[in-house]
Amino acid sequence: MEETRTTFEIPVGPVHPALKENIRFTFRVEGERILGVDVKPGFVHRGIEYMGMRRNLIQVLYLSERICGICSISHPIVLVQAVEQAAGIEVPPRAQYIRVIVSELERLHSHLLWAGVAAHELGFDTLLHLSWKVREAVMDILEELTGNRVDYAIPIYGGVRRDISPEQMPKVSEMIRYYRGLFEELSDTFLRDPSVEARTRNVGVLEPEEAHELLAVGPTARASGLRKDVRQDWPYLVYGDMDVRALTPEDHGLEVRGDVFDKIVVRLLEVAQSLDLIERCMEEMPDGEITSFPKLPALLAHLKKAEGEGIGRHEAPRGEVIHYVRLEAGQEGPSVWKVKAPTYSNLMPWVPMFEDQEIADIPIIAASIDPCMCCMDRVHVVRSGRPEEWTKQELLRRSWEKTRRLCG
Amino acid sequence: MIVQMIWQSAAVVLGGLLLGLVYKGLDRKLAARMQGRIGPPLRQPFLDVRKLMVKENVVPRDAVPWLFHAAPILALVAAATVLLYLPLGGLAPVLTGRGDLILVLYLLAVPAVAMALGGFAAGTPFSAVGAQREIVMMMSYEFPLAVVVVGIVWRTATLGHSPAFSLAVVSGTPLWSLVGPLGVLGLALLLLCLLVVTPAELSKIPFDIPEAETEIAGGLLVEYSGVNLALFYLADALKTVAMGALVVALFIPYGLAGVFGLEGLVAGIVDVAFFLVKVFAVVFASVTVVRVAMARLKVDQVARGFWIPITTAALAGLVLLILDKAVVG
Repeated sequence: MEETRTTFEIPVGPVHPALKENIRFTFRVEGERILGVDVKPGFVHRGIEYMGMRRNLIQVLYLSERICGICSISHPIVLVQAVEQAAGIEVPPRAQYIRVIVSELERLHSHLLWAGVAAHELGFDTLLHLSWKVREAVMDILEELTGNRVDYAIPIYGGVRRDISPEQMPKVSEMIRYYRGLFEELSDTFLRDPSVEARTRNVGVLEPEEAHELLAVGPTARASGLRKDVRQDWPYLVYGDMDVRALTPEDHGLEVRGDVFDKIVVRLLEVAQSLDLIERCMEEMPDGEITSFPKLPALLAHLKKAEGEGIGRHEAPRGEVIHYVRLEAGQEGPSVWKVKAPTYSNLMPWVPMFEDQEIADIPIIAASIDPCMCCMDRVHVVRSGRPEEWTKQELLRRSWEKTRRLCG
Repeated sequence: MIVQMIWQSAAVVLGGLLLGLVYKGLDRKLAARMQGRIGPPLRQPFLDVRKLMVKENVVPRDAVPWLFHAAPILALVAAATVLLYLPLGGLAPVLTGRGDLILVLYLLAVPAVAMALGGFAAGTPFSAVGAQREIVMMMSYEFPLAVVVVGIVWRTATLGHSPAFSLAVVSGTPLWSLVGPLGVLGLALLLLCLLVVTPAELSKIPFDIPEAETEIAGGLLVEYSGVNLALFYLADALKTVAMGALVVALFIPYGLAGVFGLEGLVAGIVDVAFFLVKVFAVVFASVTVVRVAMARLKVDQVARGFWIPITTAALAGLVLLILDKAVVG
């Protein structure tokens, strides 16, 4: 687009009220219209992988929980999957069900949290307070089942750390009933409010082709009509038995437009889907062991002997999260640990979403992918005290080099 | 005479400030209750002002200092002056006979202009965007506001009251009972328009576009701090009272003293108290309830909304009043 004298640059971030975490956007704007955007991540790199590779695997598990406060079950679930694959550990069925229940509870609270944040970005604080008030029900259940509101410490290699007792079951059913009763009201306030619709319809549109080419994941991709969900495409745990289907706005009887409104629709649908999944898991959950290694020293000894590599994938509330782990015999920790959070895949879709929108749309478009910067920041290149930027060509060249090196 | 007027003015302005801050406190408390929160104590606005008064007054490097400092003072003075022209309950305006509704309209626009000037003078991107938005907002809501005022004044004049632009005359002539059914409908439309213009004039959600905390971090106020910010805050408090008082003066200028047959000091006190309740009711209906029930709109949506539906409604109200004149006389 043409540059004129009235074009100027607006920096948003690394610290800005619209951003809950640190990232820097530089918008080129003309009046209120956005001509282009430059996204610069890298402000919250904490060297988590480096720390993990210097600790034993059980410590890494707790570290992985602290990658993200919201997805604090997603990362450990993926890590244990990867390690179990590498070390050849079986997981008892009951443990698999418990993992699914807790991760669906997490999706529930994450989507409700997002709904509140989105409402706040729109300047609709009443909706923020409403969403966060009803979110307390699922937080209470998480605390009841795991002992914590965040960082649940549920998965362990070979199973889970806590069982769900029969007395707890009715409380969970009570919560499911509460949300089902509330669902109509919630979808009414979000989907039928004229001011919400005015601010989200045809805003931040991501075309299906763009979503496909830029590898968008999670609700961001599904709102553009891509039926893409790890739980459906590559079933793991007991998701294979649950007939999980990736939901798009079509399932709500709407035409797919890929805008922010569609992203609200998809997340609301997923709240209902998670309720169904939790209910079904509770009904079908078999009795039995919850872990194949009740004693930690035995587990550590087994892991120390293990050799191999594993990949774990999971549909976190924001999209696909992947962990890669390589274990070497005689070593307590992983020799390689690689984490890919969903936000990483959803960064590039931001660029077409921001194009030709208005300054007023920046917060809601930024929030629409439900970004989590500290999950995503994995690399920060610093040379002699100064940050360095690598282009696509440079990165390609380096990865070719590495492949050649690996192939010997 | 002059000395007495100065004393009266000082009393009105101080009273207005006090009242404005109390209304702000009530607004915050009630909004919080409607959102399921506890909310701040009623005296929170007073605490805020006291705190801001002792905070550092930062001036950005690229700012135009004299304009940057002048803007909050200009806003406060203009907002205070409006109050002196408005009838407050049974009391006539302090400056009766020295200016009229047209002047009030201009004075109401001054704080907004001052804020825009301050925003531009700050010389940073967010404040510049905020200032541009403020100007667009003003261009949007000023016309329907003028139509409302002209409609009321014209109908008052046709009933043989003069000078028609005097607020004392307008508020002394409650039109509702003097016009026919068409006129009542027209007046209702004009009242509706004025109630929609009120939150826009006061930059409250859904029209808090020039400040838009989540978008431009406070917009034209982003660079202001300390005393300057406190002055803008006080100007806003005064403007809230002024807008409420304007709506009351134009549309609900009724008193209770006459109904109960009171006289003297008691009548004055009852009328002033009733006036405060009316102003609060207006502020509650058009600011508090609206800002709790809506999301922030975008500036183009607001401009379109004011230029087409609201202006049309205001003009329709005016036409109805004209028809009413033709029918009733």
